[in-house]
Amino acid sequence: MAILALAGKSLLNRRVTAILLILSIALSVVLLLGVERLRTQARAGFANTISGTDLIVGARTGATALLLHSVFRIGYATNNVSWTSYQELARHPRVRWTIPLSLGDSHRGFAVLGTTADYFRHYRYARVRGLELEAGAIFDDVYDAVVGADVARELGYRVGQPIVVAHGAVDAGVSRHDDKPFRVVGILGKTGTPVDRTVHVSLAGLEAIHLDWQSGMRAPGAAVSAEEARLRDLTPRSITAFLVGLDSRTAVFHVQRFVNDYRKEPLLAILPGVVLQELWEAIGVAEQALLGVSALVALVGLFGMVTALLTGLNERRREMAVLRSVGARPRHVLALVVGEAAALAAAGIAVGVGLLYLALFVARGLIQTRLGLWIEIGFPSAHEWLLLAAVLLASIVAGLWPALRAYRYSLTDGMTVHV
Amino acid sequence: MSAAAVIEAADVEFGWTPDQPLLRIERLAIPAGQRVFVHGPSGSGKSSLLSLLAGVVVPQRGSLRVLGTEISRLAGSARDTFRADHFGIIFQMFNLVPYLSVTENVTLPCRFSRRRRHQVAARGGADREAARLLEHLDLGAEARSRRAVSRLSVGQQQRVAAARALLGRPEILLADEPTSALDADRREAFLRLLFRECESEGATLLFVSHDRSLEGLFARTLALADLAAPRPAPGA
Repeated sequence: MAILALAGKSLLNRRVTAILLILSIALSVVLLLGVERLRTQARAGFANTISGTDLIVGARTGATALLLHSVFRIGYATNNVSWTSYQELARHPRVRWTIPLSLGDSHRGFAVLGTTADYFRHYRYARVRGLELEAGAIFDDVYDAVVGADVARELGYRVGQPIVVAHGAVDAGVSRHDDKPFRVVGILGKTGTPVDRTVHVSLAGLEAIHLDWQSGMRAPGAAVSAEEARLRDLTPRSITAFLVGLDSRTAVFHVQRFVNDYRKEPLLAILPGVVLQELWEAIGVAEQALLGVSALVALVGLFGMVTALLTGLNERRREMAVLRSVGARPRHVLALVVGEAAALAAAGIAVGVGLLYLALFVARGLIQTRLGLWIEIGFPSAHEWLLLAAVLLASIVAGLWPALRAYRYSLTDGMTVHV
Repeated sequence: MSAAAVIEAADVEFGWTPDQPLLRIERLAIPAGQRVFVHGPSGSGKSSLLSLLAGVVVPQRGSLRVLGTEISRLAGSARDTFRADHFGIIFQMFNLVPYLSVTENVTLPCRFSRRRRHQVAARGGADREAARLLEHLDLGAEARSRRAVSRLSVGQQQRVAAARALLGRPEILLADEPTSALDADRREAFLRLLFRECESEGATLLFVSHDRSLEGLFARTLALADLAAPRPAPGA
């Protein structure tokens, strides 16, 4: 205890160096923990994007591509599923519910999804959570739209706002369906998933705006007004994909095989959980590399501390001799230097954690806007505590080097130092 | 060993390497309370003698008894405890721990010695005893001002070191050229203060210096060269 008090006073005496070392360790901790926090939140967000869906069915393509465009709105479908196939498969005795998805259009950078009311009834994320309306209601009319939380926040939309959907991903003048505007009737609550950045309309609405379009262009001389469109048959000819919920998990492989062997058109059924895991493992290499780099930064911080302790040691040999003269044992000298290393690391960790929380608090809005990732600010997780303990342990181990040197000095110098 | 001797050495031999003895003491006895002046040229083993007496090192051969304890028979940690309990030590320079206050420097031995803690507890505690000693050594104001020890003059620092050495009434005070950095006036004033405190605390003082002008102030002089008798020739 006496030695730890001495270590504290010794550091206080060299406060400028100590503060710089603490900051260096703190920044390493911010980086290490920040990357870990982003990694785990990204993983959780990723895994929580879709829950309770047993299968995703789309035109035959790669499993990852199907997951990416149907759930994450990334990329495009190479082909569609015909409406008749969809209806036939939806009638499979083991299928409890389906959600048709029709993608391809956009609104000011946000994906537009054509679907049915079943989407709001059956879609689950974060294991059990369903979609909730923050304002308004789900679509009822052909030209109704329900926007995700981010869409409403970023574009400042409220219920009643008229919006125009653009054909394809580019929202430019000629591609806009401005003759058939939609009206926002509902705003969804925040989910932390791609749903937040989606404009939801009915399949009939999507069909209506494309009545007078052919091959991605407005068909000359075939204009159909919004009101005229209401009178037409708005049953879609095809959809991009559909989500499937079964009556039992045990039926998953049976229905998957049924879809994959479907003869009327080439289809693919994937298990979203399995593909999510495969996808995460694929990008996990980069994730591990990032974690490795931040661990190296932490190591550099510790090396800085060891260097500073070693450099100061020669100047402190007389101090050690004085301590020896009043009865300090070599192990006390060892404990003094290790105690200093541990105190520096502990202070660095405490400052680092504080800085991290401050940074997260300030930057989480930006992170969400830029990365679509909502960072929860909670107590450090068990894994984060382990990382912090590892940093502390590593600093104590690193501190042993100068400490052993001081120990050796105190044995050879005794009370006589010629410095 | 005579009853009054606090230090008694017989046929002691010490060297930093076993085949090159630096210090030989045929016979030495220092009675309690005596003020002894030890001198010798540079490299004659003055500092080694202090390290031997304080138990930092042990002799390669011979007997060295301090306060009736055979030093070489103690384990390293026991020697450290023994030193903390029974010795007060003043160095030539750099006596103080720079990050501790005057009072903290003086009470430093109490952190490592239970015996000295008990001794000062009987006198009202470490801080109170430190204040008393510092007052005696004309450092009361410095102790109260809580000035950083590095801002004290060399003379003041030596007196703080003397107060630290005396705290807890150790039986033996070892001083390794403590006046070499002081001018003549301050040197004598420091010595008079040191003698007065040693007398009132009943401490034995071993004062090592190469400054022979101080010799007259001490009760006894030891020349390192005289401690070693010529070794008998082999076969004699």
